[in-house]
Amino acid sequence: MTTRIFVSRDATALAHGAEAVARAIGNEAKRRGVDATVVRNGSRGMFWLEPLVEIETPAGRVGYGPITVADVPALFDAGFERGHVHGLRVGPVEMIPFFERQERLTFARVGITDPLSVEDYREHHGYRGLENALAMSGEDIVKALTDSGLRGRGGAAFPAGIKWKTVLGTPSPQKYIVCNADEGDSGTFSDRMLMEGDPLCLVEGMTIAGLAVGATQGYIYLRSEYPHAYRALNAAIANAYAAGYLGADIRGSGRRFDLEVRLGAGAYICGEETSLLDSLEGKRGQVRFKPPLPAIKGLFGQPTVINNVITLASVPIILDRGAEYYKDYGVGRSRGTLPLQLAGNLKNTGLVEKAFGVTLRELLYDYGGGSYSGRPIRAVQVGGPLGAYLPESQFDTVVDYEAFAAVGAMLGHGGIVAFDDTVDMLEQARYAMEFCSIESCGKCTPCRIGSTRGVEVLDRIRAGIERDKNIVVLKDLFETMRFGSLCAMGGLTPDPVRSALEHFPEDFEVRA
Amino acid sequence: MPPKVAHEPKPIAPDLPEATATRVREVIDARRHLPGALLPVLHGIQDALGYVPEDAVPLIAHELNLSRAEVHGVISFYHHFRTHEPGRHVVRLCRAEACQALGARALEAHAKKTLGVDFHQTTKDGAITLEAVYCLGNCGCGPSVLVDPDGLHARVTPASFDALVASLREAAK
Repeated sequence: MTTRIFVSRDATALAHGAEAVARAIGNEAKRRGVDATVVRNGSRGMFWLEPLVEIETPAGRVGYGPITVADVPALFDAGFERGHVHGLRVGPVEMIPFFERQERLTFARVGITDPLSVEDYREHHGYRGLENALAMSGEDIVKALTDSGLRGRGGAAFPAGIKWKTVLGTPSPQKYIVCNADEGDSGTFSDRMLMEGDPLCLVEGMTIAGLAVGATQGYIYLRSEYPHAYRALNAAIANAYAAGYLGADIRGSGRRFDLEVRLGAGAYICGEETSLLDSLEGKRGQVRFKPPLPAIKGLFGQPTVINNVITLASVPIILDRGAEYYKDYGVGRSRGTLPLQLAGNLKNTGLVEKAFGVTLRELLYDYGGGSYSGRPIRAVQVGGPLGAYLPESQFDTVVDYEAFAAVGAMLGHGGIVAFDDTVDMLEQARYAMEFCSIESCGKCTPCRIGSTRGVEVLDRIRAGIERDKNIVVLKDLFETMRFGSLCAMGGLTPDPVRSALEHFPEDFEVRA
Repeated sequence: MPPKVAHEPKPIAPDLPEATATRVREVIDARRHLPGALLPVLHGIQDALGYVPEDAVPLIAHELNLSRAEVHGVISFYHHFRTHEPGRHVVRLCRAEACQALGARALEAHAKKTLGVDFHQTTKDGAITLEAVYCLGNCGCGPSVLVDPDGLHARVTPASFDALVASLREAAK
């Protein structure tokens, strides 16, 4: 029997040399006459093991990692293709504690299947949600989504069912489904991992959204910094068309849904939904005034569902297993699971999909294994460049949208970036303002000018020029930006600065 | 009444070399049917030429029935589009927080110093254009560097950066 050997094609695995490892394994197997085929899967999200090589054995998948090209002959010598012992053997992959303790709903297939194979997708519960949706009315699909309690995973956590209901209830000859795949927050890569590791899940979620609200055209707005995801999505979409899951007559239902990937061009602001729509229309990505909501007047002025990748990729399992199944996970008003991303200065970085309710401390230490550098973790930024910095005293905060809001922080898209005690928090605060000045769309003054003034004020504080007076100016600027900005870019940029000042005031003192 | 003078029709993009204009037209013709075609067109031009020449703006504007200001406004809005020909390789350095937590600030200073350029500049030998990027989605294993369209590198140190640059220069020879 042909042994299946899995080597990831995820961007992070590739950055660790997975391409060369996959090639070396294929060549070595051929040279030795070993009956094996190399499957390029997504990543399991345990980056310290990448490139992780998995062997399919009767007892489940056994892993070896991290593997370099130089290790490959010795692996064959040890009989790794039969799961035999070798120094880099990590055992059954799904029993590694980091992985075993997760609740993988949205990421159920990532790292397991061949991402581009419709057949493999179907064998692993794929397209069951769509089959159910094809037999349901739009109202019933929207109701299932509403009942699941799913909130937008892009950061704003707006109930997805309400958006869909608005679009469903707005008559128009043309409606759109737009996927926001402009994952620009530093410390986040769950969208990327899903698009590379299980793109058909996103395709299915968008198709269901189209059926629900009566939209026939979908666009995935993907950031240009994700070339590997671009390739995976286009290949998966082509395969879905070939298998009759996209196009004029989805699986003989007479229903139509077309899907196209569009590339952004390196503008963080285009992750804001109205900027994204302007960008898709071929314009500068400038924030629109609301109302009208995109659900009523969105892309090209038509009713548009616009959701993040993870939101849309959570739809298939809700339609497959039912709203109650999904809702059973989570706490309070945060239902289901959140794919959290452990990033920055942590030993074990990667993807942890957990039901809401896990604490930040558990993520940093039980999963993350503490800092990569071995030094104490001093600050953690959660929720991207607009998210607050949390000090050690807030590490027991529970992953829950409301719990984070209660400490002046934001869960956002679930990115967790750890810094050790060498971090200079004034520099981090300055960077937050600098980033806003670089990425501001320029439409409103508090954001466009406020961020530049913020950099200048922080430079004066660093230089010890009228330090106390400038702290007052800085705090005043927070108010102006928070209440005067049109969108979250200007409105939330003060959060990392304010939290740095509040929790790490010693870094803002005049240096001796 | 002065006599009427027959005017030659003015060329649309007089400063654009004919060969370049032909390639730009090819890209436009392949994508003009797309709703919101300007970004796909600009991507296509940059993929074909390595940059979007300023002299091509009038042609793009004319073909897509937009004003030159609109086209220029879009090109200058997006960091991805460059208006000058890059070096033989484009090296994008991530400046964002997750990479900062692992030494990206020091790497940035090192890269600028050893290459002798600032961001968006090209080394004297024409080998490397250095650009800043804000997140490559490799946040678990920074500092991250992207070389050309898809050469992603993880845990880049000043030493491994130098080795990478040396290999790019070698490859360019």
